[in-house]
Amino acid sequence: MSTPEARTSSTSGSVARGARLSVLKTYKLYVGGKFPRSESGRVYEVTDAKGQWLANAPLASRKDARDAVVAARKAFGGWSGATAYNRGQILYRIAEMLEGRREQFAAEVAAAEGLSKAKAQAQTDAAIDRWVWYAGWSDKVAQVVGGGNPVAGPFFNLSTPEPTGVVAVLAPQSASLLGLVSVLAPVIVTGNTAVVVASRTAPLPALSLAEVLATSDLPGGVVNVLSGDTVEIARPLAAHQDVNAIDLAGADAESAAELEGAAAENLKRVLRPGGDDWSAEPGLGRMTAFLETKTVWHPIGA
Amino acid sequence: MPTDAAPRDAGRGSLSDVVTSDAALRRFLQGLPGVDAVGLEARAAALGTRSIKTTAKAYALDLAISMIDLTTLEGADTPGKVRSLCAKGANPDPGDRSTPRVAAICVYPDMAAVAKQALTEQGAGEVHVASVATAFPSGRASMSVKLADTREAVAAGADEIDMVIDRGAFLAGRYLQVFEEIQQVKAACGAAHLKVIFENGELATYDNIRRASWLAMLAGADFIKTSTGKVAVNATPPNTLLMLEAVRDFRAATGRQVGVKPAGGIRTAKDAVKYLVMVNETLGDDWLSPDWFRFGASSLLNDLLMQRQKLSTGRYSGPDYVTVD
Repeated sequence: MSTPEARTSSTSGSVARGARLSVLKTYKLYVGGKFPRSESGRVYEVTDAKGQWLANAPLASRKDARDAVVAARKAFGGWSGATAYNRGQILYRIAEMLEGRREQFAAEVAAAEGLSKAKAQAQTDAAIDRWVWYAGWSDKVAQVVGGGNPVAGPFFNLSTPEPTGVVAVLAPQSASLLGLVSVLAPVIVTGNTAVVVASRTAPLPALSLAEVLATSDLPGGVVNVLSGDTVEIARPLAAHQDVNAIDLAGADAESAAELEGAAAENLKRVLRPGGDDWSAEPGLGRMTAFLETKTVWHPIGA
Repeated sequence: MPTDAAPRDAGRGSLSDVVTSDAALRRFLQGLPGVDAVGLEARAAALGTRSIKTTAKAYALDLAISMIDLTTLEGADTPGKVRSLCAKGANPDPGDRSTPRVAAICVYPDMAAVAKQALTEQGAGEVHVASVATAFPSGRASMSVKLADTREAVAAGADEIDMVIDRGAFLAGRYLQVFEEIQQVKAACGAAHLKVIFENGELATYDNIRRASWLAMLAGADFIKTSTGKVAVNATPPNTLLMLEAVRDFRAATGRQVGVKPAGGIRTAKDAVKYLVMVNETLGDDWLSPDWFRFGASSLLNDLLMQRQKLSTGRYSGPDYVTVD
């Protein structure tokens, strides 16, 4: 365990250089807009790419998953009912907040993934840009995947995309920040609320991202971040009757099949894992996976 | 654990003396031992920390469902709403017929007949109809109005009457007036059970809750009930624990068993189980039955049902799988 680099360059005059004790951060979950410890009280050791200890992260239990779903359900009405314009603004605000903490996130990504400083910086920048990219889609996705349908009768026939509901998101195990943002942003931009299970090996950027979300006008409960054993948390989420969809990006092939089976019980929408290249142009696929189409017939006045 | 039996001289039989005059009653009630508020709250909090799992939890959930007085006391109540509530009380979880029925449906007096008929049609005659009466929730009406209210509810088929005490008279120290009111309402109830509501939130002190408990039990209440659910402070673990201790001490002093009904503010299965733990630890098995302990609640039932579904299927359930009330 080494003192973080930033600490040694303390500027306080009276304290001798390097004599200051480091202040270690207690990483916590993010549920319902609050930062609780795991209900189970468990933590696990998070190491960097070389196996050096970085921090302890909470090892969330199924009860944390349950609480997160309750929080996400509670937040769904307000978030899905917010105007697309408002949601876009808030997503853009997340990008702004993240921009202000670029250095911190670059350092965390570098430590978590063993990247060089420049590469970690590039990943962080790409993650910030991804928030902006999805923020722009909030009030445009309806035009692309919805619209007026020609029908043989005196009716306006309009199809609009509606958010599915509470989405469980298993964040990719690699690409701890860019991958996470790439799966999270498309879920919430359309009005879904999310329960995110962070990468098991590299949860710290996700847990820090929660602090950004908490200060970005994002209503509490819209995004809930859990860290711990992915499959242990994913099982109750996949079987949960009040979860409407699950993104299996962070599951390996074997557990993905099992989770998909459990998710079938209440006909959850399932997005299967597949060799995603997070640096590529995202496309609409991740947004439309968690949208449902509502079609309304309206008589033409006469 | 606080043990506060009735005053030493209040042995069996001698309690009839204390209601002979206002002064004697006041002397008795104000002579009851003061409540150790810190101890009471600590005890209630400690009992709330028990972990109830697996088979014990299954038992507790079913017991809690069977103890519910499923309640709708809104100005906007319609016959249709009361009927749907009765259907729910008769078959709380249509997807699982092993779910027990609730103890009673609690409505305003004018809906008692609707509830009675609906329950009969559901084949759920064992589910009681409880009706509030005596100018619920304020209790601010003349005695003749209160008695007429009670008689009408009983005539409409109510098996249980939930009356409110006159808090104004109680707080002014006119204990005998409250005592006589309860007695008269009890007489008007006939065969129907009488639950006496104190509205703990308006009694202000734990000492007053203890006094009200003894007063109501002396006057012949079959049940004592914490609150109407219409004010800010309703049933809390400490004030319910205090009433549980009062009924325990009353039985020790007189041999007569009285039931307890916390009402208002109990919304989760976890809370309900905490109350059951409190009953078991304070009163024991004798009170662990719908005949002696009830929950006045409406949204509690849904949470109990969701917990029950979780227990039987292993999957967390959600609000999509219970009725919207």
